[in-house]
Amino acid sequence: MKFFKIIILTIFFQSQAYALIEVDITRGNLNPLPIAVSPLFSNNDSNVKFEKIVKVNNVGHEISKIVENNLRQTGLFNPLEKDAFLQESEIAHLKPRFEDWNLIKAQALITGKVEIKDEKLRVEFRLWDVLAAKEMLALAFTTVPTNWRRVGHIITDKIYERLTGEKGYFDTRIIYVAEEGPKTQRIKKLAIMDQDGFNVKYLTLGNELVLTPRFNPTNQMITYLSYFRNLPRVYLLDIETGVQEVVGDFPGMTFAPRFSPDGKKIIMSFATGGNSDIYTMDLENRIVERITNHPSIDTSPSYSPDGKFICFNSDRSGYQQIYVMKNDGSNVKRISFGKGLYGTPVWSPRGDLIAFTKLHKGKFYIGVMRTDGSGERLLTENFYQEAPSWSPNGRVLIFYRETETNEKGEGFSAKLWSIDLTGYNERQVPTKTDASDPSWSSLLSN
Amino acid sequence: MILNKILKNTLLIVATCLILSACASTKKVSDIGGQIKDDVYVGEDTVEYLASGVPDRVFFATNESVLTTRSRDTLRKQATWLRENPNISIVIEGHADERGTREYNLALGERRANAAKDYLMTYGVSADRISVISYGKERPVDSGSNPLAWSKNRRSVSVKAN
Repeated sequence: MKFFKIIILTIFFQSQAYALIEVDITRGNLNPLPIAVSPLFSNNDSNVKFEKIVKVNNVGHEISKIVENNLRQTGLFNPLEKDAFLQESEIAHLKPRFEDWNLIKAQALITGKVEIKDEKLRVEFRLWDVLAAKEMLALAFTTVPTNWRRVGHIITDKIYERLTGEKGYFDTRIIYVAEEGPKTQRIKKLAIMDQDGFNVKYLTLGNELVLTPRFNPTNQMITYLSYFRNLPRVYLLDIETGVQEVVGDFPGMTFAPRFSPDGKKIIMSFATGGNSDIYTMDLENRIVERITNHPSIDTSPSYSPDGKFICFNSDRSGYQQIYVMKNDGSNVKRISFGKGLYGTPVWSPRGDLIAFTKLHKGKFYIGVMRTDGSGERLLTENFYQEAPSWSPNGRVLIFYRETETNEKGEGFSAKLWSIDLTGYNERQVPTKTDASDPSWSSLLSN
Repeated sequence: MILNKILKNTLLIVATCLILSACASTKKVSDIGGQIKDDVYVGEDTVEYLASGVPDRVFFATNESVLTTRSRDTLRKQATWLRENPNISIVIEGHADERGTREYNLALGERRANAAKDYLMTYGVSADRISVISYGKERPVDSGSNPLAWSKNRRSVSVKAN
């Protein structure tokens, strides 16, 4: 974040009577907006310098490919084939010939320029409304050259925000569990990658079982469950420094950790004597508080974005259901009443919905309901899938899906998938290995 | 004579019925391998032994941690063996099948392991000789995705710790 300096080049306040392009993200989009992503212009000198530093040639072209891919993945945009572009990228950035772009049916155009100056990468880009022949957005920023992929994501975020009216989710990362080996002896490692599957890094070696990593919404900390020394406990890990520590001093298993929205507490389950209850630990003063006290299983807690409420999973009615309570554990109310079992509730960052996993008649569903339990909507059905995590703008859910195996145990795989809140645009998220337990970070830059 | 004949015929019919029903039930049993009763695995496939005649594991119904009559019988054998071998400590591993969410299954495994631990304690094994660990659905013994595989995986296993 500190590497970025964002300068607004020009802002045109549109006072004209006609409306500029808007993309509605509240419904499934069957007609994605045709958009031309002109390669960002970079001169020879910059290309040579860039290639020397990061071993990638033609930086402008590569960044525009990242933007294009991001836009395509949303399902809201249709990036057009570059072969059809008539105008040179350098000139298009200065003054697009709108007739040319209109001819190839582009409704929006992205142009830009990159240069390497004093070891810094300087980028500027513009978004144009082709039909209105107007500039909609123009920004420039500088960063270190090794951040070049993030530049593509930040450009996408700004364009997405301008066209949809909502924050993007492209300059983000996913933490997940990378899986390998046979189902009975799975090897699991913590892994982190960019939202588009690039820059994968493994944070543990696979010597011990690790599960359910989650981001701190305010910084580069994660919390997860590790079976280090065969003692399943919640850990805290700083991904910048690699420093890790066990959370709290509990005599039994702690699991199902998540951060509070301000990042100052961890909420988790503690199991002892056959009973799991929900606890919090303040990361500053280390004070542990018990939130639930019930002989049933209480787990999978998740805070509302204002921190005032907690949704969680309990079988106090006899089966797994979703409950909501105040953050001190009072006012417990069951909110799931549909057929089947409900688990893994997770509060939307927008505050209005709770995403969940539902098991009914041998099928697993990812769904959403309002925070009072009304308006249940199932987004996707499969043999096995669970653990949704929200994109920071609350528009997309990422989860994992496992395939059915045959009697010999063959055919097993675990993969990450994403789906829009609309129920459209279901996609597999690329990972090098099998993967599970995804958790989406906040936007890295704003 | 006539009565005899009728009786004979009846017997034949009864016998035929019995054979047929035996066949029918054999078929039904082989569908699930005859190894599940009331949703609980009752087979021997995966069972290992702590000592001769002392099975190491008990099985559970879906989402349950209630010990069956058979499970209690197994645990009494474990308790007897533990009382006879006072230097031995055990770890009870609680497991769940793959048809549940990961976090809930971790809690369920812990509950199952403790159900076994509590029973051993009522038969005179002291708590400090028994530790528990839940693996949730992370360590299945059978990697199949079918009711029989799942029933084998819903288990708690007593493992020698020393």
